[in-house]
Amino acid sequence: MLLLEHDNTDNIGELKKGNRILYLDDVTVSFDGFKALNSLSLTIEYEELRCIIGANGAGKSTMMDVITGKTRPDTGNVVFGQAVDLLKMDEPAIAQIGIGRKFQKPTVFEGHSVFENLELAMKGDKRFFKTLFACMSGEQRDKIEEAMVLIGLKDFYKKEASILSHGQKQWLEIGMLLMQDPKVLLVDEPVAGMTPGEVEKTGQILTDLSKNHSVVVVEHDMEFIRSIAKKVTVLHEGSVLAEGSIKNIQENEKVRKVYLGE
Amino acid sequence: MKTNISLVQQILQKDKGGKIVLLMLFFVVVFVAISNLLIPKDSFFYISTYTVTLLGKYLAFALLALALDLVWGFIGILSLGHGAFFALGGYSMGMYLMRQIGDRGVYGNAELPDFMVFMNLKELPWFWCGFDNFFFAAFMIAFVPALLAFIFGWLAFRSRVTGVYLSIITQALTYALMLAFFRNDMGFGGNNGLTDFKDILGFDLQSDGTRISLLVLSFLALLGGYIVSKYIINSRLGRVCIAIRDTESRVRFLGYKVEQYKLFIFVVSAILAGIAGALYVPQVGIINPSVFSPMFSIELVIWVAIGGRGTLYGAIIGAFIVNYASTYFTSALPEVWLYALGGLFVIVTLFLPKGAVGFIKKLNLKKYTEVSNASS
Ligand SMILES: Nc1ncnc2c1ncn2[C@@H]1O[C@H](COP(=O)(O)OP(=O)(O)O)[C@@H](O)[C@H]1O
Ligand SMILES: [Mg+2]
Repeated sequence: MLLLEHDNTDNIGELKKGNRILYLDDVTVSFDGFKALNSLSLTIEYEELRCIIGANGAGKSTMMDVITGKTRPDTGNVVFGQAVDLLKMDEPAIAQIGIGRKFQKPTVFEGHSVFENLELAMKGDKRFFKTLFACMSGEQRDKIEEAMVLIGLKDFYKKEASILSHGQKQWLEIGMLLMQDPKVLLVDEPVAGMTPGEVEKTGQILTDLSKNHSVVVVEHDMEFIRSIAKKVTVLHEGSVLAEGSIKNIQENEKVRKVYLGE
Repeated sequence: MKTNISLVQQILQKDKGGKIVLLMLFFVVVFVAISNLLIPKDSFFYISTYTVTLLGKYLAFALLALALDLVWGFIGILSLGHGAFFALGGYSMGMYLMRQIGDRGVYGNAELPDFMVFMNLKELPWFWCGFDNFFFAAFMIAFVPALLAFIFGWLAFRSRVTGVYLSIITQALTYALMLAFFRNDMGFGGNNGLTDFKDILGFDLQSDGTRISLLVLSFLALLGGYIVSKYIINSRLGRVCIAIRDTESRVRFLGYKVEQYKLFIFVVSAILAGIAGALYVPQVGIINPSVFSPMFSIELVIWVAIGGRGTLYGAIIGAFIVNYASTYFTSALPEVWLYALGGLFVIVTLFLPKGAVGFIKKLNLKKYTEVSNASS
């Protein structure tokens, strides 16, 4: 098992700007005959910030489910780095190899404090006999403090996550992503429930992150996308409708027809 | 030694409820031991050996409740078959005690226990070998429940059986074991179980000294079990467990192998339950398949629910309240007891979801707010 994981990590290949980090090839997912993903193919590069847009039900969240191991596709391949076959791995293994996710519905540990939520997300050896005797180093504590400042929850560090507002939970989950320090961040609708000021800050954080991670953001908020995106992919009925710069996309006939409703 | 004590202090720090409960039990045990051993039998202050045994039995049950709370309260596995681990620990101890009888049985056979002679067995079944040795038996007390928990948990958790389905199969597990142990040809005494024990490690089981020693050992086991459980809960592993209890799938996406965590807690809990069973048997003097009965395992869940799930010390309180009530009612009003227990459970789930512990906390909070209102 250990050997296998080692092999997998080796297969990531060189991580440098321009190399692919995530590759979906002809992925199809059906629920009772309904194709949520229909021969979806997509490539994400290292240190890229990619926005995915698409109407409700276009398959955006399902795509993230497939990448993170929550849903198994009927057909197709999902490859991490150069040659890591994600379909052979379960959720913890995929997380450990460096794919982090923020869920559409913010999912934090309600019974734990803000600090503990971040602690649990923190990168490290997550096997049970390690966590049983784990001690927090000063360095790790500093990292958590740093994340708390960044997400603006410093004053809440002892508070149970259950008392946080929807927007604060979004922040906390982004903070958990930071702690995980993954190679790829999949961020599902991060600005829902945030004030304009918070939206701007989120955009800033995601842009910063894309300097040494790959970030895939699903969003509805066109304003937000315009503010951060370099490259946009439009999903429609489970496959890619168009891909290109935000300007290209906005001028694209097909997209205007189905997505912008013109 | 000094570092040990400070470690324990650190573990129990902030656990006011736990300290109070354990300290109270400590004083009760000391008081009972002194009153039983040192005070003359005709004195008003004398405490009978019957009471000593009763208290010892409650302590063993409290350890069992603690074990259940560890899996139910902290990682969310509602086991309806925890009695099985208790019973396996108990049978392991029972087998050792049977071997201690030697040729003092009714048939006077030094090689075989009475029930085997009665069944016309010619030689000791292979799985009885080694139980002459106390240390072997002591090992099996922990090992057999742990092994069962490991195999069962490995299969169940790996295939991601959770919630009600998991509860039902734990219930099926203990039921199947009960049926098996009821069979005479299983070699565990069938229906009658194991009984007529004489002594343990050469000490007469009927003597007051042995009884008190068992009582003290039961308390120490409970204390040890509490500290180990508390250590686990306080560690990062414990926080992962609580996260699994609250939002299992999310934990996986952070890179934790949930199955391993569940398996670890389940096995630790089974070992604690086994030790509880092993302490129960010499004090009560019998172990039979009724301990495997689904009813007993369900009752155990009720103890924890009544005491307050997810606090550890609540489980101890619950075990004491319910078993004390049970002892009282089954002699005073035997027909009413099961209804009373059922009613108590319904009331607790409806009105006191956090059990007795939650109720006390609420009272304290009220007092506090009243005081602060009055002062302002
Ligand atoms: N577990 C599921 N079972 C059945 N249908 C599902 C399931 N998950 C998603 N779907 C369907 O798949 C489609 C795509 O859903 P989703 O990926 O959540 O869309 P998006 O995130 O783009 O709004 C929707 O029509 C949804 O109803
Ligand atoms: Mg979605």
